[in-house]
Amino acid sequence: MRFMVLVKATKDSEAGVLPDATLLSEMGKYNEALVKAGVMLAGEGLQASSKGARVRFSGAKRTVIDGPFAEAKELIAGFWLIQVKSKDEAIEWVKRIPNPHNEDFEIEVRQVFEPEDFGPELNAQVPEVFEAERRFREAGKAKQTAQPKKPAK
Amino acid sequence: MTTSDTHRAIDAVWRIESAKLIAGLARIVRDVGLAEDLAQDALVAALERWPESGIPDKPGAWLMATAKHRAFDLLRRNKLLDRKHEELGRELETKQEMAAPDLDAAIDDPVGDDLLRLIFTACHPVLPTDARVALTLRMVGGLTTEEIARAFLVPVPTIAQRIVRAKRTLSEAKVPFEVPRGEQLAARLSSVLGVIYLIFNEGYAATAGDDWTRPALCEDALRLGRILAELAQEEPEVHGLVSLMEIQASRLRARVGPMGEPILLLDQDRGRWDQLLVRRGLAALDRAEALGGAPAPYTLQAAIAACHARARTAAETDWPRIAALDEILGRIAPSPVVELNRAVAVGMAFGPAAGLEIVDELTSHRSLESYHLLPAVRADFLIKLGRFEEARSELERAATLTQNTRERRLMLERAAACPPEAAEQQR
Repeated sequence: MRFMVLVKATKDSEAGVLPDATLLSEMGKYNEALVKAGVMLAGEGLQASSKGARVRFSGAKRTVIDGPFAEAKELIAGFWLIQVKSKDEAIEWVKRIPNPHNEDFEIEVRQVFEPEDFGPELNAQVPEVFEAERRFREAGKAKQTAQPKKPAK
Repeated sequence: MTTSDTHRAIDAVWRIESAKLIAGLARIVRDVGLAEDLAQDALVAALERWPESGIPDKPGAWLMATAKHRAFDLLRRNKLLDRKHEELGRELETKQEMAAPDLDAAIDDPVGDDLLRLIFTACHPVLPTDARVALTLRMVGGLTTEEIARAFLVPVPTIAQRIVRAKRTLSEAKVPFEVPRGEQLAARLSSVLGVIYLIFNEGYAATAGDDWTRPALCEDALRLGRILAELAQEEPEVHGLVSLMEIQASRLRARVGPMGEPILLLDQDRGRWDQLLVRRGLAALDRAEALGGAPAPYTLQAAIAACHARARTAAETDWPRIAALDEILGRIAPSPVVELNRAVAVGMAFGPAAGLEIVDELTSHRSLESYHLLPAVRADFLIKLGRFEEARSELERAATLTQNTRERRLMLERAAACPPEAAEQQR
């Protein structure tokens, strides 16, 4: 299963203060440990919200609001996407993150949806999608056997 | 924190630390089975103490220290105060690694070397394949016996016994705890890669069945592959295997229809392919190809998978390249199944007659006698050539050969859809 690990922002990160050499080196080691454990899928640090924007949705209307945004602790300063066996394992990895900030903040762990999470319930809700897919498959039937299974090693 | 919270946290620590723990202990006691027992003892100690004392700051170091003391006691009790004792004494004197943070230990090269030794030992050819699989998942993947049994749909005692027997075999055969060198390396590495790909395929094949839980095996295999890719960075085939698995895994959610029926590659909705995994797969392929070396099976299969991954629509597939790659693959790893794949690619690239020519040569192949895809592919070419009567009988044959009821129904439907001979003559 996959988890997104969301690092919240602080005043410093919002002010564009860059991490010092010690932190960069510790973070490098941490990332290396994630890679070596085979759990790291992706991870990035985000620039201050002053360099970003929000698009507000209201019905068909879209309004663009340029950053910066207030309430740093509600903002996201970086993320990892990791693949692990359980939420507990995700939490254990998060505890090992070198503290990137000088002030109190939170790191949030959220599970990513997997296809099986949509299971039979979704199937029941949108039968027309499957009907379309069935027709699509009927149309493609002539090609159906064109791709044999990959040889099993 | 309640006791059950602590137990769950310990499970998580175990998942992260157990392989390094077993590997480090195996270097000391030179016996993988004993090392695993010692690591398990340390786990039991943690389960007893941590609920009261709290989880230590460096749980991995705590487990290692506990296990090492037990190893020392055991060796002393057994009066094995010879070379091993001296080694162990040295180990205990150099306590720096206990003082160092876990992260340092994790990226410490000796630890990586131990882990690599552990993987090679778990996949040693002296063991039967199913034992290699079980031992690798248990010792390197950090899975419990129950988890392995559930994944392979076999009773727990069967897996437990398989692991006990495997550990005994390694011990009796005095399999050295080392990374093979020189000429041995290639053969032993191919055993390791074979075990990982087998685990992956076990999960992958199951995703088209009734059971949604087994894709976890794909994740386990990917994790093992990614670990190995960091430990053996200079081995192109390791990256080739990782690439192949990443690209195949990218299609997991597209390959099963709403009713659980398999959707074949060319019919899949490419928008549902996982682009993150596609990119990781292509990057791993780049790594494999940049390292060079002779063409090798996993890298070639990954290159073929990449041809599909790069095509935005099925019609854009670079079939001539796939046919060429299949041809090289067939030369270095001859197999009638690869040849059948080549027939399909050639048929797509150069027309059904060219494909049929290759398939016809395969019909006399005894190992394909009961392989349902051979008549199915042949029927496909025959339909495209307007030879419906022959196609129908091939499809009916394919229907009798397949084990899968859904596939059987599909074959029979297609057979029934073939126009009768009279209609054919009118054309």
